[in-house]
Amino acid sequence: MHPAPSVIFFSTFSGLGFGLLFWLGLGWPSPTGLVAFVFFAIGYLLAVGGLIASTFHLGHPERALKAFSQWKTSWLSREAICAVAALILMAIYGAGAVFADQHWRVLGVIGGLLSLGTVFTTSMIYAQLKTVPRWHMPLTPLNFLSLSIAGGALLAGQVTWALWLIILAGGIQLATWIVGDGRFATSETTIATATQLGGIGQVRAFEPPHTGTNYLLREFVYVIGRKHSFKLRLIAIVLMAALPVTLLLMPFSHVAGGLAVLVHVAGVLTARWLFFAQAEHVVGLYYGKR
Amino acid sequence: MTELPKSTQKKLGLVIDLDTCVGCHACVISCKGWNTENYGAPLSDQDAYGADPSGTFLNRVHSYEIQPAEGAAQLIHFPKSCLHCEDAPCVTVCPTGASYKRTEDGIVLVNESDCIGCGLCAWACPYGAREMDQAAGVMKKCTLCVDRIYNDNLPEEDRIPVCVRTCPSGARHFGDLGDPDSAVSQLVKERGGVDLMPEQGTKPVNKYLPPRPKDRMPEIDVLAPFLAPVDQGAKGFLGWLDRTLDKL
Repeated sequence: MHPAPSVIFFSTFSGLGFGLLFWLGLGWPSPTGLVAFVFFAIGYLLAVGGLIASTFHLGHPERALKAFSQWKTSWLSREAICAVAALILMAIYGAGAVFADQHWRVLGVIGGLLSLGTVFTTSMIYAQLKTVPRWHMPLTPLNFLSLSIAGGALLAGQVTWALWLIILAGGIQLATWIVGDGRFATSETTIATATQLGGIGQVRAFEPPHTGTNYLLREFVYVIGRKHSFKLRLIAIVLMAALPVTLLLMPFSHVAGGLAVLVHVAGVLTARWLFFAQAEHVVGLYYGKR
Repeated sequence: MTELPKSTQKKLGLVIDLDTCVGCHACVISCKGWNTENYGAPLSDQDAYGADPSGTFLNRVHSYEIQPAEGAAQLIHFPKSCLHCEDAPCVTVCPTGASYKRTEDGIVLVNESDCIGCGLCAWACPYGAREMDQAAGVMKKCTLCVDRIYNDNLPEEDRIPVCVRTCPSGARHFGDLGDPDSAVSQLVKERGGVDLMPEQGTKPVNKYLPPRPKDRMPEIDVLAPFLAPVDQGAKGFLGWLDRTLDKL
């Protein structure tokens, strides 16, 4: 799958932002006044910034409001609704914390859960796709959710929680890669089932429909960088988990904490790039490619 | 609405005969022509006369080589367009309701004025039947020539999808696959028509007729040795030349 920068930035930063809002909503930490303002501002910049980035890959962003209508069947529509609901509730809760020194607990918990729900709906957009076997498994939402909660804990300054959750998220990331590698083979979809010509003999794509490329090949058959996937995975897991954990185990300082956030984000961005670049769509079979 | 209808009154679709398709791509060109000049955003091309041309097509013809366990390989031409699935995954993922499946005839369409161009429907389609038009920024797909099949302004013989009308080898058939007595349903029954990627659970309406077994060359006739041509050798001037050259 083509790793569109807008979608990689969107899913990484909004995941992080909603992760932070989740912790703020639960009341860990429960700041007030200016400190609360800074916490909520970071959360909103990441979450809303990510959402805005996601509209860059739309053909017609001016019609984006229509995307709120099909929540009955579409995970993308559910994501839009969940995101707006979470942002509105958390804005009210945040305003209470910043301006009124109040923590409206029920509102915060609902807003926090909706923030997490937004990350879940994002992950389901990918996990629902039977056409991309690597994504079509329960590990995909677990991967997105664990990274969001861990990154949120890191931003929220919950050092002990962050430590354990980053280790957990790293483990789930490794499992996602290892299990994901075998998904295409076990999906039962092959060039023989795609063409239904396997009964005669061995099928080989002889001639593509066009001499040039097309939308399908650009969007779904992205092979650049796959040969470096092992090295990139190593870089991703070191940045995402190993380094932040080391930094958190050191005596606490804001510099080490800030550094932990930066390397963690760089690691998640690398992993998210791989999430797209390594994903193979079954339509590639018609072109004799994956 | 992106909820799929529980059932449709008709199941209009195509039956494609892989035995008779000659791979001429006439259906591709006529499809591009009709759907550029008529309903919806035109099917644009990018860098059409340059070094890296590409464009939007609703129908593409692949070619596959099949190597049987013994004997010569076969070349099969394989036209592919939207299969108008009963369980169309492209419809349910649409966030705006732009994609829908018609209750009256089962055709899967895109309402282009509602499409935000997110591309998720193309991701959900296992067949590569949907392509985002790079100029219009909306999703394009086969309409089963909905602007032909019900068009009273056209002569009756033209009220079929343009790919079917154009096909010079009669490899494409159009009709109601929901009616077991229709000509297309009979054809599917007779020739053992199949679904593409059945494991994806999309229940495609379009069916493909597999190639019939190839004829086999009969054993060489017992009289063959007696019929073998016998070289009588050259006569006349050429014969003299042959003998003379041999002596040199």
